[in-house]
Order: sequence, then C-alpha cells, then structure tokens
Amino acid sequence: MKKFQQKHLLGTENLSKEELLDIIETAKKFKDLINKGHDRIATLEGKIVVLMFFEPSTRTRSSFEIAAKRLGASTIDFSSIKSSATKGETLIDTAKNLEAMQPDVFVIRHSNSGTPYLLSKIQNIPIINAGDGFHEHPSQALLDLMTILEHKPHIEKQKVLIVGDIAHSRVARSNIYSLKTMGADVAVCGPATMLPPEINKLGVKVYTELDKALPNYDVVMMLRIQAERGSINNQFPSLREYSRFWGLKDKSKPLMKPDVLIMHPGPMNRGVEISQSVADSERSVILPQVTNGVAIRMSLLHKVCNGKSIEEVI
Amino acid sequence: MRILVANGTVVCPVQNINEKKDVIIENDIISSIEKPGSVPSAGFDRVIDASSMVVAPGLVDMHTHLREPGHEGAETIATGTRSAASGGFTSIAAMPNTNPVNDNPYVTSFIKTKAKEEGVIKVYPIGAITVNIDGKELAEIGEMHNAGIIAVSDDGNCVMDSYVMRKAMDYCKQFGLPVIDHCEDMNLKGQGVMNDGYYSMKLGLRGIPAVSEDIMVARDVALCHHTGCRTHIAHVSSKGSVRFIRDAKQDGIPVTAEVTPHHLFLTEEAVAGYNPSTKVNPPLRTDEDIEALIQGLKKGIIDVIATDHAPHSIEKKDIEFQLAKSGMIGFETALPLCLELVRKKHVKMPELIKLMSANPAKILGIQGGSLEKGTCADIVIFDQDREWTYTEDAIVSKSKNSPFIGKTLKGKVLYTVCSGRIVYEA
Repeated sequence: MKKFQQKHLLGTENLSKEELLDIIETAKKFKDLINKGHDRIATLEGKIVVLMFFEPSTRTRSSFEIAAKRLGASTIDFSSIKSSATKGETLIDTAKNLEAMQPDVFVIRHSNSGTPYLLSKIQNIPIINAGDGFHEHPSQALLDLMTILEHKPHIEKQKVLIVGDIAHSRVARSNIYSLKTMGADVAVCGPATMLPPEINKLGVKVYTELDKALPNYDVVMMLRIQAERGSINNQFPSLREYSRFWGLKDKSKPLMKPDVLIMHPGPMNRGVEISQSVADSERSVILPQVTNGVAIRMSLLHKVCNGKSIEEVI
Repeated sequence: MRILVANGTVVCPVQNINEKKDVIIENDIISSIEKPGSVPSAGFDRVIDASSMVVAPGLVDMHTHLREPGHEGAETIATGTRSAASGGFTSIAAMPNTNPVNDNPYVTSFIKTKAKEEGVIKVYPIGAITVNIDGKELAEIGEMHNAGIIAVSDDGNCVMDSYVMRKAMDYCKQFGLPVIDHCEDMNLKGQGVMNDGYYSMKLGLRGIPAVSEDIMVARDVALCHHTGCRTHIAHVSSKGSVRFIRDAKQDGIPVTAEVTPHHLFLTEEAVAGYNPSTKVNPPLRTDEDIEALIQGLKKGIIDVIATDHAPHSIEKKDIEFQLAKSGMIGFETALPLCLELVRKKHVKMPELIKLMSANPAKILGIQGGSLEKGTCADIVIFDQDREWTYTEDAIVSKSKNSPFIGKTLKGKVLYTVCSGRIVYEA
C-alpha cells in the first residue's frame, strides 16, 4: 500500500485512494488508543506546531490544537488579530519570519484560496491546509471519509449527496475529490445560484430539488449557509425560503433511506439548513465527525512531522 | 544621418509591398524604397544588412501604461519607452490612470514634455473621460485635446453610468476624439479575479463572467450608434463581445476593437497554480473565446492588436492572487507571440503588421503604419524565425510581471528606428 508521504497536505485533489486510506488507518489507531485511555501519544514530543488562522475559526483550530497536544507537540496560536497581519506585513514575510524560527509544521487557514499553495512554494516548513477560501479543506474531507467508512465500509457502493452552497464551499470540493477517488457516487444539490455550472465536470450529478434527490442517497452531507462570506448576497431570497427548499427538516425524514447517514461539517445553523430533530436524530453522525476530526488531524500532524512510531511511545 | 536598410523583406501594407527592397532613410524621413542592390552602400552613415529580416513600419501600441506620473516604482516614461522600443514599437498611447490621473491639460503636458525629454519613441497621451476616472463628471476633454491627447478613456474603470457615457460620446465627437472603453459591468464582475468557469470553480476563486464584458460592449455599441462618436472597445476577450462588434460593423456603426496578445495565447488554465502574473482584467478566458478572437482578427471585426502593457512592482504582484494587481507587461513579447498567427496561417504577415501599426495609427489619427516615401522613418526590423528565451534578467521594462518568463519565443526584434534614429539594437 502506498503510504502518504507528501511533504505538505494542500488538498485532497491529488491524494490517491491508498494515501487517503493510509491517513485514515493511522487516525483509527489514534482513536482506538484514546478510547483505551491513552490521552497522550507523544509521537511529536518536542515538535512545534504553528497554527496560522487568518480567518475566524473555533472548531478546526481547537481540533488541530487538541490533536497536537495529544501528540505531545507544543502549539503556537498565530491568529491574525494578534499578529503582524494587522501591521501591514505581507503574508510571505510573516511566513518567512516564522520559518526562520524553525517550527515543524504550519497549519494554515486563510480566506484567500491558494494561500497554502503559495506558502508551500516560498518556504520549507511542511504545511497542512486547514481551509483556504473556497478551494479545499482536506482535513474535513478526511474526517468525513473516516466517519462514512465507519458506518459504510463499502464506499464504492455508496451514494453521497452534498447539499448547500457548493459554489463557496471548500468542504464540498475536498469531499468531491476524496469521495470520487474512493469510488463513491457523488451528487450535489442546492439553489442554482450556488451551483457552479461546471461542477458536473468533476464527475458529480447535479440536483436543484432536494426532495427528488434524497430518496436515492446513502449519505446526506449538509453544508453550512455561510452568511459571513457573503453567501446570501441575493443567492436566495430569505433563510426561510432556503430552509423550505434546501433544508433537512422533519418532513424530509420519510423521504430518506432508513439507514441514511446525516452529516454536517459545523457549525450548524439549526432551523436553516438542518432542523433540530434531524440534527439530533439517531441517523446523525455530526458529533462523531467532530471526534474523528481530532484523530484525523493527529494522523496528519504525525505524518507530516515524521513522528516517532506509535508503538515506541505508548 | 543617412541609413541604408539593405535587402530586407519590406512589408508595407499601405503600399501593398511585401518583397525584397532597400530602404533609404535620410534624417527622420524615408527618402525612398529601391530595388535591392540598386543603391551603393557608400555615403551612408549606417548600413544594416537586413537580408534575412523583415522590414516593416514601426509598431503602434494604442493601449499601454507607462505609470508616470505617480507609479514610477513600476515603470517610467524612460523605461517604458525603452521596453516598447525593444519590442519594435515606435508609437504608443499611454492610458490616463496615473497619479494624478491624466484628466486635465497639465498632466497631459507633463507626459508630453517628459516623453520628449526622456522617452526614446513617440508617446501619445490618452485623456480621462471623467474626473479622476471615477465615472461621474466629464474631465476637461477639450483642454486636454488642445494639450495633445489623441483619445479618451477611463481605462480600467468602465463608465458604468450610461448617461455619462452618452454625454462623453456626444462631447468627444465634436473634437473627433475616439472614446475607448474598458467594457465591464462592475456589478456582474463583483469581486471576481479570474474568468468565471471551470478553473475558477476548481481553484475556488471568484469568477468574472464573460457576460460582464458582453453586456457593456452591447451598450457601447448602442451608444456609438446613437451618438455617432467613434468608439473603440479595449482588449476584447470574449466570444460574445466579438459577436456584438461584428453585428455593429455590419450595420456601419463606427466601432473599432482591439485584442491583446495574452488573450490570444493564454487561457484560464494558466491561472491554475495561482500565479499572480496570470491575473489580468479582462481575465484570460477559454479556447472557445480565443477561437472567436482569431476569427475576429481574420474577418476584420477586430482591428488592432494592442498589448495593454501593465507593469506592476513586485510588491503589488508577488502576493496572494486575490490581492495582486491585475495586468501583465507586454511590449517585449507582443511581436514574437503574434508571429504565431502568421505561422499558423491565421493571418498573413502584411495583415499582422497592419493590425499592429497602420490600424491603430488610423484609429488614433496619428502618423505611423506606413513606409511610404516622405513619411517619418519609424521602422521595425525583425527576424521572424530567430528563437530566444525570454528571461527575467533580459526584461527591459522596470517591472517583471509576465507569465511568459522562461518561455522560448520565436521571432526577435533586431532594430527599431524611430524618426530616423536607431532607438533599439539587439
């Protein structure tokens, strides 16, 4: 099996099936050890993880931070508010300065698509993309894949529907790449204003009517309506109308397969894209996604930083 | 000073010449064109053996940015005209988006004076349509006309208010000045940074749809028809624009149009990798658009090839794609790139020369584009087959923002003669 040995993790687009499975395999090991009571698996003892979050984030940053700490690494929280980004320093200078301090990995979140790619070209520290603009969010796609595999091991037979603002979603793109690579049947659904016309070229089916799509899918992944990134801006008339047409509600339940998996990358807008009862139903794996997130990020940090072998440290 | 350009393939579309000739330059004038070998080389101050070369009218670029006054870190009139000369240009028109904006006769005079003192080729200022190119109030177009502008444009700012554009056209018509518009509906553009399509979807970059250009071309054509003012569409990039211009020309509406080399030779695919040098406005589009642009050139729908030479300092360009300024330099790569049109038999050599000299000169009402006896000796001499690598070190422009760096180009300018002076020699 070809292991994941790339220097950076910039996206899922260029990851093979073997690499995806390798990352998940390691994440599973970490998850099992944690469940057995190992709260510290210090393969990254002495390493320094720089969290560069140039966009507000609570859960992804916390998830990476917990992952790093469980691995015994130290973390530096370099969020733009406290840093030189507000003093007019360019991103490239910031990255080069941090590089000169010789940390072991940069975890980057940035509102501009392509930023992790840019930084991977101009400096030598490994980079994990924690979400760039509308481009990619690979750790999210990996934790989603891990969660799906836990419930539906034969992913190549599964049909996955991603619902919401596809145009402005890095989660959608990263998931489309990884799920397609795994052989799943992927479709997207949302208002026509939020579906890029060329999205079908990524090999996905396209729906605008949620109710028509729901009966056919084994996994339904709801995306957050991101008002903070200007998503509403006449993309649809009102949250009420959005919810009625593209939200998962109590009325959607009988349309879906009985063993459907309901997912959401969070944070949820309860009552907009997903109703209370659907989010909290027994078919929802939203909280397991979050738990798997830590394991996936441990796996990524461990691999990118060339951690000690797990057996050696427990 | 007497110069003999001996035995070159002289291409002068105005006189319908495309054969071996000797060209004799006396001071700043072309004194005659003779049969090759018929003129003894004695008595000349300089004899250029042009045996394997093309001798054509100096190129005319009607869309350039020289950045002076105000952005001298990116380019100056001195460096910009030298860059242009090395690309074979002898006359260039400078867009008004300087700082201060060329929206008054004082800036116009400054540019003209500076060009005379420090430039090596002819510089023709383009005045702003509106004060501070902000689309609201007409600039002092008459005063600038007296000071020497040859056209008006708000450059990168499309005049969104159709009433203002109408009045500008009515006003310019009386001076015989063409109105040049950057056609782009700013609302449809939104925060777009590249062509709206497959690659913007993949790269997660906001798109600028082709329709944002088409719609303004359609409006300008309608206003051109209504006012009768000569209207020139800058850097056409979309198939839809070509269609609107074609229909307008068929109806006899006095509209003209230009295309840039980069819109002819690069597609949106070049943006993959987020290289800020590929960020231009209008954005690089698709193969389908390129096909329409080439058809436009072949059928006379598009009149001109212009570079939109847009230098930016590295600080403004070597950053995140979204934050980088739009534009690329173009003087030094234009001719070699466009010779590809001849090699691919899209156009013949005389037609290419016309697109790059006589046509823009005619639209702007300036001299150039001809090697007729008695005209000003503005000449480019190039080897259409010589291959060379375009390296960052060799760039003459003060700025280095070109996606063609490192590429092997075919066709090299060897001499540029402006008003009888050799202003560039390879």
